[in-house]
Amino acid sequence: MYMSKIGVIGDRDSILGFKTLGLDIFPVTEPEQAARLVHRLAKENYVVIFMTEAIAKDLGETIERYKTVPYPAIILIPGNQGSMGLGMKGIRENVEKAIGADILFGERG
Amino acid sequence: MALLRVNPTRMELTSLKKRHKVAVRGHKLLKDKRDEMMRRFIDLVRKNKEIREQVEAELSDALGNFVLARAVMSTEVLEEAVMFPTRTVELKVSKRNIMSVDVPRIEFEEKRLEDVSPYPYGFANTSGELDSAIKTLSGLLPKLLELAEIEKTCQMLADEIEKARRRVNALEYVMIPQLEETIRYISMKLDENERSSRTRLMKVKDMIEKRNA
Repeated sequence: MYMSKIGVIGDRDSILGFKTLGLDIFPVTEPEQAARLVHRLAKENYVVIFMTEAIAKDLGETIERYKTVPYPAIILIPGNQGSMGLGMKGIRENVEKAIGADILFGERG
Repeated sequence: MALLRVNPTRMELTSLKKRHKVAVRGHKLLKDKRDEMMRRFIDLVRKNKEIREQVEAELSDALGNFVLARAVMSTEVLEEAVMFPTRTVELKVSKRNIMSVDVPRIEFEEKRLEDVSPYPYGFANTSGELDSAIKTLSGLLPKLLELAEIEKTCQMLADEIEKARRRVNALEYVMIPQLEETIRYISMKLDENERSSRTRLMKVKDMIEKRNA
């Protein structure tokens, strides 16, 4: 058990609010910049990385890479333009991967 | 189904039978594992979906307020207002074992300075929207972390289920039929050999008897 940190990645306007909670914020604009940042944070013991969907949509590969290791957990959050449904899509992909069919979203519409 | 390339000998037959036994047992165990993982996964992923829905709704709300705050305040003032947070969050991270998958378990500890409001700024220069944005956000933090924990768990479990399913299918549709067929082939071959040697013996016996008579 060790102490670790939470990082927030996204465009400055979306994530500034998280600063008041005591989380570390990392404003980025370019996808490449964000990818490098993710790798760096992963090395620096960040356990949870919240990332806005707007940034995450261009970072598929990077996110995929950290999906199967326990840390860091990269969690998509909606940015200030509202939700793009990427986070939900992630859950649905998980369900399809595990079960082979989309039982969770199909039954509720 | 292709046969395994083996010599049809009794020794080979014994070892194949052993392998078949192991494969069947492994198949059963893996199948049970997969089913149990699926059951847990379904529970978890339901919860995941629920929490995500809540988080997304509330977060959009908070961010909407933040946008409003940004609109009425200048960038410098806003940056200055949030520059020095009054609290920090520390995470305690451990691992939990779900069906031999190590999933993260996140506990957090909020450290705030004594007797300080969650708002790290004076109210004079800031707008009310900022206050409410920050209020929603700070209420949301535990839920965000819960989401992080559950979502990661789901991701890892999904991955593991996929692997287990592959193994189960490989055993069920490739390994076990192959072994069974090979075992059948060898035992047939051995029977056939036995029959042929028996007829040969009978034939030889006949010939000897004829000569002696």
